[in-house]
Amino acid sequence: MILFAFRRFLGFAVTLLLAAIVIFWLLDLLPGDPAQFILGINATPDSVARLRAQMGLDAPAHQRFIDWVLGMLRGDFGTSYTQRAPVAELIWGRLGVTLPLSIFAMVISMAVGLPLGILAARRRGKALDTVIMVTAQTGVAIPNFWFGMLLTLLFAVTLRWLPPGGFTPWDEDSGAAFRGLILPSLALALPQASILARVMRTALVDVTGQDYIRTARAKGLTMGEAVWRHGVRNALLPVLTILGLQFAYLVAGTIIVENVFYLPGLGRLIFTAISERDLVLVRGATVILIVAVTATMLLTDIAYALVDPRLRERSAP
Amino acid sequence: MNKTGKAIGLALALSTAFAGMAMAQPTEIRIGVALEPPTLDPTAGAAEAIDIVVYQNVFEGLTRIDETGSVQPGLAESWTISEDGLTYTFKLHDGVTFHDGSAFDAEDVKFTFDRILAADTTNAHPEFYKPITAVTVIDPLTVEFTLDQKIGRFLFDLGRGDAVIVAPESADNNATQPIGTGPFAFTQWDKGSRVILDAYGPYWGEPAHLTKATYVFISDPATMTNALLASDIDGTNNFATDALAVFEGNPQFKVLVGTTEGETILSTNNKKPPFDNLKVRQAMAHALDRQAIIEGTTNGYGTPIGAPFAPHNPYYVDLTATYPHDVAAAKALLAEAGLPDGFSATLKLPPVAYARTSGQIIASQFAEVGIKLELINVEWAQWLEDVYTNKDFDLTIVSHVEPFDIGNYANPDYYFGYDNPEFQALIDKLNGTTDEAARKELAIEAQTILAKDAVNGYLFELAQTGVWNAKLEGMWQNSPIEGLVLRDIHWVE
Repeated sequence: MILFAFRRFLGFAVTLLLAAIVIFWLLDLLPGDPAQFILGINATPDSVARLRAQMGLDAPAHQRFIDWVLGMLRGDFGTSYTQRAPVAELIWGRLGVTLPLSIFAMVISMAVGLPLGILAARRRGKALDTVIMVTAQTGVAIPNFWFGMLLTLLFAVTLRWLPPGGFTPWDEDSGAAFRGLILPSLALALPQASILARVMRTALVDVTGQDYIRTARAKGLTMGEAVWRHGVRNALLPVLTILGLQFAYLVAGTIIVENVFYLPGLGRLIFTAISERDLVLVRGATVILIVAVTATMLLTDIAYALVDPRLRERSAP
Repeated sequence: MNKTGKAIGLALALSTAFAGMAMAQPTEIRIGVALEPPTLDPTAGAAEAIDIVVYQNVFEGLTRIDETGSVQPGLAESWTISEDGLTYTFKLHDGVTFHDGSAFDAEDVKFTFDRILAADTTNAHPEFYKPITAVTVIDPLTVEFTLDQKIGRFLFDLGRGDAVIVAPESADNNATQPIGTGPFAFTQWDKGSRVILDAYGPYWGEPAHLTKATYVFISDPATMTNALLASDIDGTNNFATDALAVFEGNPQFKVLVGTTEGETILSTNNKKPPFDNLKVRQAMAHALDRQAIIEGTTNGYGTPIGAPFAPHNPYYVDLTATYPHDVAAAKALLAEAGLPDGFSATLKLPPVAYARTSGQIIASQFAEVGIKLELINVEWAQWLEDVYTNKDFDLTIVSHVEPFDIGNYANPDYYFGYDNPEFQALIDKLNGTTDEAARKELAIEAQTILAKDAVNGYLFELAQTGVWNAKLEGMWQNSPIEGLVLRDIHWVE
């Protein structure tokens, strides 16, 4: 098991290094001079040259790459070109929005998706199953920015129950902060809940045909009891995998949802940084996201292997 | 009117008056802005988003630009200009304090300009202040500027966001903790979300009507629409023209349409054949149908221009009739230029809606006279490098938003590549003239030369389209300088 975890961790480190190289190289390839971009069309060549020097853009590419990676290992992600503040600090400041937003969305999607999936599986072939599955299909197809707009129109513009967007810092008014996250997390959760419902249903339908359900039934359990005690637990394994993958989708989703609801989160920070060509900030934030996503997958893998010993053996040479 | 009628009328009037008194006027405002400023120091960045928040609100200059683009006294209550136009003596307002409580005096003025003129300056436009050779403190309330050449628009330049007065104790922190002398003091910046300003009690001048202003950053127009409809914000100074229809028929809102300093032009590489031929440029000018471009690009909100000058400017002259839309004339001129079958060229378009849309319309208008345009979409950074810096382009479309930037045409190295000694001499003369009437005459002459030479295709002035709560007044309709000045904004019932 330790060897398995070590191998996985090595793979994780190599992935990160490769990702860092690709990110650096891609952003460096982009046409255009960030200094000129920051100063705008009316800046003099002198001003541009001064800013280039200040930003350290004069050094050769490999030098800048090494400095960047070594800096990150020390926890120094560089200084944002446009905001003139440490990247690590900027990112840290945004997690207070994006983290709770993702967690709420995750909780809502599980609270809605899993029971619906179980219900649909139990009523397989009945009208309720069809209704749930058609709804889920629609939910997957609806883009979350559009759903977000609909939610805003209904609950903020027409009913005036919730704010249309914006965010009050937690320490200023935690109630208002919470209210501000309700609509965005709903918008984020809908497609995820739909996927979960479909996966849960399929997994359950699969396990109900398994031998151990028949055994459980033979021992005198009703179908409902057998499914609940043995089926759901086993069906959760594929669902776990999907949940791990969904984390990556959540990150992409927050970029859109945070723009629709003008939330000061990490997604919005990256979006703005890209449009302003703040390369240092984009690089730092992207690396942190990649670390988060690959670490989640690493943990899912390890957790999965702990639960199911067959996986460990299978991945051994 | 009988007695009963009068009594009822009086009662009504009184009740309205009492109702007005009982319901306190709101004194706070929430304004939606599309872009968040990268920092809040207007002397260290060129981004318009900085001036939107702090210009004339938090920071003030010696002079200030008013809604018509005219120069008004600011921290300097008066000034005298020497006979030769090289020495400006400013009398400063007494009793002015910075928001940290420290006093403002001539030393702060000297510090501010020494900082702009220093070799390692971080100012985005040090070139405006280059002619200053010395800033001398005469006494705490008098300061003298010595120039090495006459510059006619010196007082205007002093009123820009680049030249607001900062204090030596706080200047280094202005990027995140701006401290100025204006009617509003910086309170809080929730990065990515909002900036909060509060009225500054000990303000030296006429106090502001509002007690608090919050700038909320909303980049998406659809989201901005929802925020306005849900009353989460009270207004925005410049809104996407596509969505204005939502607010125009709604009595809760007012739409303020004015002009900006953004002259949208079909920039032409004057050094490159066939554009170095005047007849070709004239043919292109005749081929343009401005009204169609304005309708298609700005939903009709732009103002047609015939020269690179803002219509709200006192020196403006309407030259749109210089080369009227005339397909036959365009074809004839092309034939005279030796290109009877027209020619092919590229049109590089930066990623702004006005450029991309105008580009398509212009391509179809040019096709009618035989000029085939290949449209090339580029990102801003690439545009700046290819077009602006390396001058590797035939045609491009861009809005020039700097106030009073006609001087660019006197620079043969500017990306248009326009090199006309007569025009350069004229701009020199304009810069050396301080007499208003003479300046106006010279500015008109300069505009006329550029229009006749068809240096660029002059399309339209970008409109400023503000959407505000109908109960708000005092907002600037036009935008002669970058900024969103809160000074006169107030609520009315």
